[in-house]
Amino acid sequence: MDNSKIYMDRGSATPIDSRVLEFAYPFLKTAGNPSALHRQGLEAKTAIEDARQKVMELINAEKPASIIFTSGATESNNIAIRGTAMRNIGRGKHVMGSAIEHMSVLNPLKDLTKSGFTMDLIPVDSTGIVDMNKLEEMISQETIVLSIMHANNEIGTIQPIKEISKIVHEKGLYLHVDATASAGKVPIDVQDMGIDLLTLSSNDLGGPQGAGALYIKTGTRIQTVMPGGGQERGLRSGSENIFAIAGMGEAARLAKEELPVESERLKEIRDQLIHEILKNEKTFLTGHPENRLPHHASFRFSFIEGESILLMMDFQGVQISTGSACSSKTLEASHVLLATGLTHEQAHGSMVLTLGHENKPEDVKVVADATKKTIDRLRMLSPITQEGEEYPEEEHHH
Amino acid sequence: MTDIGYTEKVMDHFMNPRNVGVIEDPDGYGKVGNPTCGDVMEIFINIADNKITEIKFRTFGCGSAIATSSMITEMAIGKTLEEAMEITRNDVAESLDGLPPKKMHCSNLAADALQEAVKDYWKKQGKVVEDDGDSPEMTCGGGGCDSCVK
Repeated sequence: MDNSKIYMDRGSATPIDSRVLEFAYPFLKTAGNPSALHRQGLEAKTAIEDARQKVMELINAEKPASIIFTSGATESNNIAIRGTAMRNIGRGKHVMGSAIEHMSVLNPLKDLTKSGFTMDLIPVDSTGIVDMNKLEEMISQETIVLSIMHANNEIGTIQPIKEISKIVHEKGLYLHVDATASAGKVPIDVQDMGIDLLTLSSNDLGGPQGAGALYIKTGTRIQTVMPGGGQERGLRSGSENIFAIAGMGEAARLAKEELPVESERLKEIRDQLIHEILKNEKTFLTGHPENRLPHHASFRFSFIEGESILLMMDFQGVQISTGSACSSKTLEASHVLLATGLTHEQAHGSMVLTLGHENKPEDVKVVADATKKTIDRLRMLSPITQEGEEYPEEEHHH
Repeated sequence: MTDIGYTEKVMDHFMNPRNVGVIEDPDGYGKVGNPTCGDVMEIFINIADNKITEIKFRTFGCGSAIATSSMITEMAIGKTLEEAMEITRNDVAESLDGLPPKKMHCSNLAADALQEAVKDYWKKQGKVVEDDGDSPEMTCGGGGCDSCVK
C-alpha cells in the first residue's frame, strides 16, 4: 500500500500548526502564574492578554474582556448554557437547543431538567437546517437561552444564525452559538450576527488541545458553574493553561489571516471530492449541498456499514470518520443523521471527510479511488441489495 | 489490546475474508441480524455424510461482524453437524484472539447464523428441531447495536 497517509479527519483532532507550536513552546518551558506580580507572572499575564486580543479579532468581539478562556469547547458550552440558565432562573426555567447539537450542548441542556428546567429541541429538515417556524413556536416567556451550533461537525450544514438571532432577540432570550466546527473555516462576526455567547475550541483552529474560549456579550447575565480562585472574571476559576491559551491566540490570528485564501482552496478540493465520490451508485451527500463548511464533505452509502468503511479506508492510507453506531462509544446511531430523517439502517453507512492545510488537490484521486474500492468490496460482502426490502419499515422503529 | 482495537487476526479476516459468497440451492441456509442494528449475516452450507463440505457467507456490518463470519466458515468446514452446533460465540471470539468487549454482544452472531443453517438443513430432512425460543432475527430497540436484544 501507499505509505503516504492522507488525513481527512480534522473534525476529530487537528494537528497543531507548526508555527503555533513554535510561538507557544516557550510558555511550556517557563512556569508563570498570571496572578503573580513578579516578572514571570507578568509575562504569563501578557501572553494571555495577547491571546485574548487575537481571539477577539477573529470573531470581531467588542472588547478583549468579552472573551474568557476555558479548557475547551465542552467547558465553554457548559458555562454558556448552565451559567445563563442558573443566573436567570427568576425569569423562567426553559432552555432550548437544536436536535443536532453536539453532546456537550445536549447533555448540559438535559442535565438542567434535573434542576426543574424544561427543555425543547428544535427539529431540522433533511439538509440539517433548523425549522424556523418550530423555533418561533417553541420559545416561551420562560425561555432563557437557545443554543444553536453555527455549523454541524457531522454534516457540515451552516445555520442561518443572523435570522435565528432576530427571532431570539425579539423574544428577549439569549442566543448561544457553538462555533467549534466553523471558527477559522468561515467568517464569524458576533456583533453583526447578533450573538450573545459563542464557543470556540483551540484545537479545531489548529491550536493545542486543552484550551477553549467563550465570548460573552457585554451585559449578559451569567454566573460561574465552577467557583474557585476567581480567574477569568470569576467565570472560569483555575490557574490558566498558558501554553494552550497562547497557542490558541496565535492559531486564531493565523486563521483570521489565512481564512479567505485557505477556505477557497479547500472548497475547490472538497468540491472535486464530492463530484468524484457521488459517481458511485447509491451514494448520497448528507447535510446541505451549498450552505456547508468549505472543508467538509459527508456521505452515506447504501448497504454497507461505517466502521467497516473506516477500517478499509484506513488500510488504504486514508483516515476518515463515520457517524456509524458501531464505531461510537455508546453504539448508538448518530442523532444528527437520524434528525435529518435517515433511518437507522441508512445512518449506519456514513463517511465524513474534513480537510485541512496538509491536504492537496492530488489527494482527490487517491481518496476517490479508495472510496470506490471500499464501497465495491463491502457491497460484494453484503447480503443487503435493496433498501428496506426484506425488513418492512415498521420493524425499524420501536 | 482488545479494549483499544481489533487484533491482527480480526483485521486479517476483515481484510481477507474467507469463503465469501452464495451457494445456489444450498443444503442449509441461516440468516440472523437486522440492518437497523447494523449487522446482518447469512451462511450457506452444503452437507455430505453429515459433515459440512462447503460453506459461504455474506455479511453487512462492522469489522468484527465480518471477521467473525469469516472465522466461523474456517472453523465449521469439515465438522459434523453436531460439532458445528456446538461452536459458541466465545469460541469464535477466542479463535480471533478476542474481540473488544462492546462487540462481544452485538457483532458476534456468526455462531447463531451457522446454527440456523444447520437447523434449516435438519428441518428439510424432516428432523424435528427443538425450538429453543431464539428467533433468528434480532429485534432492535432503535438505539443502535446496544439496544439489540437477541
